[in-house]
Amino acid sequence: MAKLNLNRVSMPKQEPGIRRHNPYEVALGYTYEQAVEEASRCIQCKKPGCIEGCPVSVKIPEFVKAVAEGDLPRAAKIIWSTNSLPAICGRVCPQENQCEGRCALAKKGAPIAIGRLERFVADWARENPEESGVFKVELPKPTGKRVAVVGSGPAGLTAAADLAKAGHKVTIFEALHLAGGVAVYGIPEFRLPKRIVQAEVDYLVNTLGVELKLNHVIGRLITVDELLGNGYDAVFLGIGAGAPIFLNIPGENSKGVYSANEFLTRLNLMKAYLFPEYDTPIKIGQRVAVVGAGNVAMDAARWALRMGAEEVYIVYRRSEEEMPARLEERENAKEEGVIFKLLTNPTRIISDEHGWVKAMECIRMELGEPDESGRRRPIPVPGSEFVLEVDTVIPALGTRPNPLIPRNTPGLETTKRGTIVADENGRTTKQGVWAGGDIVTGAATVISAMGAGKRSAADMNAYLQG
Amino acid sequence: MNKIIVKRELAPKIKLLEVENPRIATKARPGQFVMLCLGGEGERFPLTIAGADSSKGTIRLIFNEVGKSSMKLGTLQEGEEIPSLAGPLGNPTELEKFGTVLCFGGGVMIGPLLYIAEAFRQAGNRVILVLGARNKELLFFREEAKSVGDELYICTDDGSEGYRGLDFLRELLDREKVDRAYVMSVATATLKAVSEITRPYGIKTIVSLTPIMLDGTGMCGACRVVVGGATRFACVDGPEFDGHEVDWELLESRKRMYAPEERIAFLSYKRLGEEFAPAGREERRC
Repeated sequence: MAKLNLNRVSMPKQEPGIRRHNPYEVALGYTYEQAVEEASRCIQCKKPGCIEGCPVSVKIPEFVKAVAEGDLPRAAKIIWSTNSLPAICGRVCPQENQCEGRCALAKKGAPIAIGRLERFVADWARENPEESGVFKVELPKPTGKRVAVVGSGPAGLTAAADLAKAGHKVTIFEALHLAGGVAVYGIPEFRLPKRIVQAEVDYLVNTLGVELKLNHVIGRLITVDELLGNGYDAVFLGIGAGAPIFLNIPGENSKGVYSANEFLTRLNLMKAYLFPEYDTPIKIGQRVAVVGAGNVAMDAARWALRMGAEEVYIVYRRSEEEMPARLEERENAKEEGVIFKLLTNPTRIISDEHGWVKAMECIRMELGEPDESGRRRPIPVPGSEFVLEVDTVIPALGTRPNPLIPRNTPGLETTKRGTIVADENGRTTKQGVWAGGDIVTGAATVISAMGAGKRSAADMNAYLQG
Repeated sequence: MNKIIVKRELAPKIKLLEVENPRIATKARPGQFVMLCLGGEGERFPLTIAGADSSKGTIRLIFNEVGKSSMKLGTLQEGEEIPSLAGPLGNPTELEKFGTVLCFGGGVMIGPLLYIAEAFRQAGNRVILVLGARNKELLFFREEAKSVGDELYICTDDGSEGYRGLDFLRELLDREKVDRAYVMSVATATLKAVSEITRPYGIKTIVSLTPIMLDGTGMCGACRVVVGGATRFACVDGPEFDGHEVDWELLESRKRMYAPEERIAFLSYKRLGEEFAPAGREERRC
């Protein structure tokens, strides 16, 4: 057996000192030579763990082999056969917990960089549409069935793509004026350029014949029952968990306090970083506190730096060990100069005489016994309050489901948390209605939402064919 | 979609559009709003629906040209389309037979007020209609109002038409038994003033709030207001709230949050005085 190659090819990136001043993509992508070199390390396991680790079951060893052989059209075809959004996945999937975490070489500390390879192939295919061949698909004979997909985020796009490939007539209804869901309003330009999202959406519309209806707020403009009563044979709800959670502390309505959703939507969806060329403004002070330590918190903190803030804090009530953000994002943030204020919890926001934030009072925390999440419970240290001078505060504490559709859809059961009840195939308690992604699980990842979209699409297909 | 069928100027800078969107026209109810976005670089902004005709498939929008986006909207001509229009959003007005309803519309909000006043009347209420404006030039829909209100009052800030100021409302309430008041104005001071006038009479007073919005669907919290001590999102919990419970100071403060940026956007859009600029590019030597 050949000697294992444990030299994982690193990804070229913008230097931290440069990238903290621009909105462009941090990771620059492999060159062809780098991709082939990295792909050649794959040992082609007989029982590949990587595929099992992938929620959309990309045939990883096959496409990696194609890359190693320099056959990019074949690699692209293999990827697109199960994944309609590879340029997004290659950038934002937490591969360390999925495909790469299950790679045989992970034990040796050098898993194949599957995400980077997927991104490389997806970018190549987009730039070479003719040669790649993936943008010309033979669709099966139309089944005559119509499906409504509500929400154009990762779950909805994935479900729509699979259902269209099965021959159903699919219409996506999106509430906003642009498609992509969290990929367009939430994930920053510097991690996921919006032209990439646009290209993946275009693939659905132009190649798979999916109809896209923007500015359609389902629940208000059309109810789910009206969809079912007006020619749609099935409905998939991929409406995300879009409602922000605030801290619930005094002073939170001061000017200069933005929910992470608002902050990111202004910058990503509305391009406030290009004001006044674009009409949407944003106000970011010199000292910014982001409360929370998930990926969204890292995104907000890193945007604040790029918008010219001098000091940006991540304020988190536990320690770094408990942080939910991906290691890579934490490291990116630290390299760029984000300051972690750990074991710290805000208690009050203090504003000036004009109602603008001028400081945030915090209390120190210590860790006690593990709580129901298995992480050590943070406990306030009495009398340890202190004041952090900041002029912008961004609560990034997660999101909860928007109640609009559940409230307006009789027969659709929800949990106490407001999520929609659905089985592992996405079937809800309402006949003909499936749901998947954050609206079922609560806030999670792009790829888990895509996995849910895929499972629902398979089950819906069986239902529609039956 | 969203084609402008009718465009009219109602008063200086106040314009009316009848926009074709059969779906919204069928679903719209009095009190709801739509979100607009005028193309790729545009911002999203809300406008209260000022009427809907499901047979013609049109909705009516009435707006004041006060900033870049409303001015851009005002440049669209009949036959052109509004690039993005989403709705109907927000909760409809609570329409019941209350008895006598005082409907107050200030400035540009006279437009949507008439739509709602008509609905109150159709719900079996006696409607006392009050139209207010800064001066008589800015008043509109006087004729339309006559057919909607059982009684019609007009007031202006400067007294150029009808009553001067709002004090006459107290006399009105002294002699009339009013069961509900409904107030629309983009001016926080007016909403507050009318709410304070009705308060001693114990009249439940509903106000329609117009905070800054971003998505308009409950996603962001930009439009949060405090009502009865609790934070609410105007887009999904409102836009109508009890006027006796609203934190007016916070509302006004948050509405002015981007005043400097709005000014920058306006100035760079209008390029005022550009015709006086020297032609060509100046070469600097010092």
